Amino acid sequence: MIEIKNVSKWYGSFQVLTDCTTHVNKGEVVVVCGPSGSGKSTLIKCVNGLEPFQQGSIVVDGTAVEAPKTNLPKLRSRVGMVFQHFELFPHMTITDNLAIAQIKVLGRKRDEAIDKGMKLLDRVGLKAHAHKFPGQLSGGQQQRVAIARALAMDPICMLFDEPTSALDPEMINEVLDVMVELAREGMTMMCVTHEMGFARKVAHRVIFMDRGAIVEDASKDDFFGQPRSERAQTFLAKILQH
Amino acid sequence: MNYHWDWLFFFQEADDGLKYYEWIISGMGWTVAVSLGALAVALLLGSVLGVMRTTPSRLLVAIGDTYVDVFRNVPLIVQLFMWFFVIPEFLPEKLGLWVKQELPYLVTAIIGLGLYTAARIAEQVKSGINALARGQRFAGLALGFTEWQTYRYVRLPMAYRIVLPAITSEAMNIFKNSAVTYAVGILELYFQYKQIIEKTSQVLEITIVVTAIYFGLAFAMNRVLAFIEKRSAVPGLITGGKGGH
Ligand SMILES: Nc1ncnc2c1ncn2[C@@H]1O[C@H](COP(=O)(O)OP(=O)(O)OP(=O)(O)O)[C@@H](O)[C@H]1O
Ligand SMILES: [Mg+2]
Repeated sequence: MIEIKNVSKWYGSFQVLTDCTTHVNKGEVVVVCGPSGSGKSTLIKCVNGLEPFQQGSIVVDGTAVEAPKTNLPKLRSRVGMVFQHFELFPHMTITDNLAIAQIKVLGRKRDEAIDKGMKLLDRVGLKAHAHKFPGQLSGGQQQRVAIARALAMDPICMLFDEPTSALDPEMINEVLDVMVELAREGMTMMCVTHEMGFARKVAHRVIFMDRGAIVEDASKDDFFGQPRSERAQTFLAKILQH
Repeated sequence: MNYHWDWLFFFQEADDGLKYYEWIISGMGWTVAVSLGALAVALLLGSVLGVMRTTPSRLLVAIGDTYVDVFRNVPLIVQLFMWFFVIPEFLPEKLGLWVKQELPYLVTAIIGLGLYTAARIAEQVKSGINALARGQRFAGLALGFTEWQTYRYVRLPMAYRIVLPAITSEAMNIFKNSAVTYAVGILELYFQYKQIIEKTSQVLEITIVVTAIYFGLAFAMNRVLAFIEKRSAVPGLITGGKGGH
């Protein structure tokens, strides 16, 4: 589904990504972790072309992201993305947040789009809040809406960039629960997260990044059993303490 | 003080058969026409320029920046003289002649004042867009919006809300600035004001009245925009920009 091959990226003379190679198969859940500044957000943003990269190639469902001829808006409309800070559109009701891209990008009828939005909103347990504005919801609720908004586009896979790290601790689980359910339904997912409980529960593979490089790319059991690299071991020890 | 107050002079007839208060009303009409026309031009062009300056295209940014630098730093009156007297000379002969003789002064004045104010609006629009977290653009793009659609549906609606107070003050200023157009022959309020002083020397009365009118116009504009601001307020939102990436 997602093929990342030898991707390198620079900001000016600063190299953010160094020769990254990995993949996410259909139906697979891959967790990406690593210390702050290691390039996790950058890598995941390369997958749907939000960030350009200078070397290597990324193929999503047969389409090369970096190819000049690729219709990026179209590709992105098929890849769901959830951000650390939710990024709901603050001036629109929840209903409109869920409907707008369905209407403007996929060309769905308004009724149809609202219907679909409502179903997904119900699924994340927020049907009663449809008429509200994002600023009237808690962080956890906003993030669940953001997931529903991405799902409304019928994505072929989902990208998550630290979806719970901006949340108060008591709200983390309500978001993780939605993600676990999604994973169990067989959604293809690439998740940047430090929630190792989530990784243990549903991940197939775990990728560990450090200083722009993929240091470890292992099955979940191998990763938690005995990470090969020392850096991954220290990192794991550190976050598992908390 | 020996000043001879005479509030009734407004109802006296002037040379041209009209009463002085009619001069004032007519002047006010021209002031409003020039100002609202220029405001429309400024909002449209200013928005386009403001957006251009936030795009990833270096060329568009350069064009927008240059425009703002030029039009903000040349005095308004010089700009008006440019449009009225200099630019027509550089146009093809027929067009230049048409501009000088046929094109209503009002239109030229609106363009002059509008293009000047556009530079100021562009600055506001740009700052509004930049005040939004970068993540809003990413969120729009990630849903499949084109760059333009992220402006249309996501970034501009919030940017305008953020900069509405600043735009309100530009819009109030435009009445004040429109007074300069008397210098290129627009018979607006300031022109009539000077005329009446020359004819009647009732300086205090006319000054009080004209001051009140300028204040009233600016105040009315303020109320209209305050109403828009209230109507467009987003429930639950305290600040426009959030941190993050
Ligand atoms: N627009 C940019 N220009 C220059 N450098 C950048 C830019 N964006 C990110 N960087 C740098 O690239 C590196 C990787 O950033 P990235 O956001 O991908 O890290 P991350 O692993 O997601 O970290 P975090 O856990 O803090 O989110 C960092 O050192 C960051 O400072
Ligand atoms: Mg990050």
